[in-house]
Amino acid sequence: MSDSVEPGPEPKRYGRGLFLVTVAGGISSLAWGKGLWSHLSAATSSIPFVPHGGWRIYTVASTMPSFDPATWRLEIGGLVEKPLSLSMADLRALPRARQTSTFHCVTGWTVDNVHWAGVRLTDLFAQARPLPRAGGLEFVSAEQPYTDSLTMKQALLHDVMLAYEMDHAPLPREHGSPLRLVIPEMYGYKNVKWLNRINLVEQPQDGYWEQLGYDRDAWVGRSNGYRS
Amino acid sequence: MRYVRRFSRTERAVHWVNAVGFFVLLGTGLILYLPSLSILVGRRPVVKDVHFWSGIAWVGALALVALLGDRRGLLRTARELDSFDADDRRWLRRLYPAPQGRFNAGQKINAVLNAAFLVLFAVSGTLLFFGERDTRFRFASTVVLHDGITLVATVLLVGHLYLAVLHPATRHALRGMTLGTVREDWAREHHAKWAPPPAGQGRETGGGT
Repeated sequence: MSDSVEPGPEPKRYGRGLFLVTVAGGISSLAWGKGLWSHLSAATSSIPFVPHGGWRIYTVASTMPSFDPATWRLEIGGLVEKPLSLSMADLRALPRARQTSTFHCVTGWTVDNVHWAGVRLTDLFAQARPLPRAGGLEFVSAEQPYTDSLTMKQALLHDVMLAYEMDHAPLPREHGSPLRLVIPEMYGYKNVKWLNRINLVEQPQDGYWEQLGYDRDAWVGRSNGYRS
Repeated sequence: MRYVRRFSRTERAVHWVNAVGFFVLLGTGLILYLPSLSILVGRRPVVKDVHFWSGIAWVGALALVALLGDRRGLLRTARELDSFDADDRRWLRRLYPAPQGRFNAGQKINAVLNAAFLVLFAVSGTLLFFGERDTRFRFASTVVLHDGITLVATVLLVGHLYLAVLHPATRHALRGMTLGTVREDWAREHHAKWAPPPAGQGRETGGGT
């Protein structure tokens, strides 16, 4: 018998302390978790199984649309002088725009420095010529029933584009191949994936998530309950 | 070979309901979380529903077992898990001898953390569900909390599985959690303060390894 086991002091109630500290720490992390996570993001990119770059793939239909270059078209219609039906080759023949921007999801995750290449809406408008009373754009996804819309003013912000490349490669299927809307000022749900139709309309209408209660103007940091 | 009862039916039910629930939620959660699995499986709306209702069932089934099972016994177990005596503290500092009770100090910490994670999974999961429907319940860090505790809980689970299934010295414990009983000599070696003394000897406190 060693002296370590002589009748010691009363047992310590560490269990409840550990429980309460863990629960309280976890709940308080609702206030600081994201800040810590972004500081750690350099380190977490090397943890196996943590999604690379921080992307999560959100879809609303049972299967992702697949892209067939032979039949795929981007249709532009509604309040335009000249409706268009463009193949991917037609789109790639238009002036190629590039940008690096940050992608914010409304659920809290962020991907920094995403490189996009594609076309600006002004270059499409030059051909389709929207009518003066066209005040909004409805973006229709091949992933039914996903739609979303922007005002004409929002659609003409300088870094809004229809992207066909992401990080120097053709847009991957899970990111909306072959074409998605990119509007970095707004949360991801406005950045319609698998885009295959744009309707010019008088006023924007509620899209998929807005019908479920999300804000139509999804400005990053000042919509959907967030203030920054 | 003499055996001694280590875990009651209620304790084992709590353990296995918790384990099955965790695995179902981990599986469906990984499909929602990992892009490669999301792409492979698709059907996100269905997977989301399964994940959500499994979470409800997990918490509900645990509450049911606690309610319908041996409540007094579970309270006694909770007191055991709460209490760390001088030997437990020595055990954690890897100082020996440190004879252990029915639970060693590591098992106590594992159980306490898993109980805390259950609460945090329930809170953050509820916020994710309602946040999708009402912006008042949306916080930028809810996914970080939900994913972060998944990561920590999974690391703990890997260690737990190693000790319970693979490690030669400790894997006999699995018998205690399945059949309820363990070998007396194993119990004396690993849980000296709880195990019955060898036949023909008086009870000692100590001994350890």
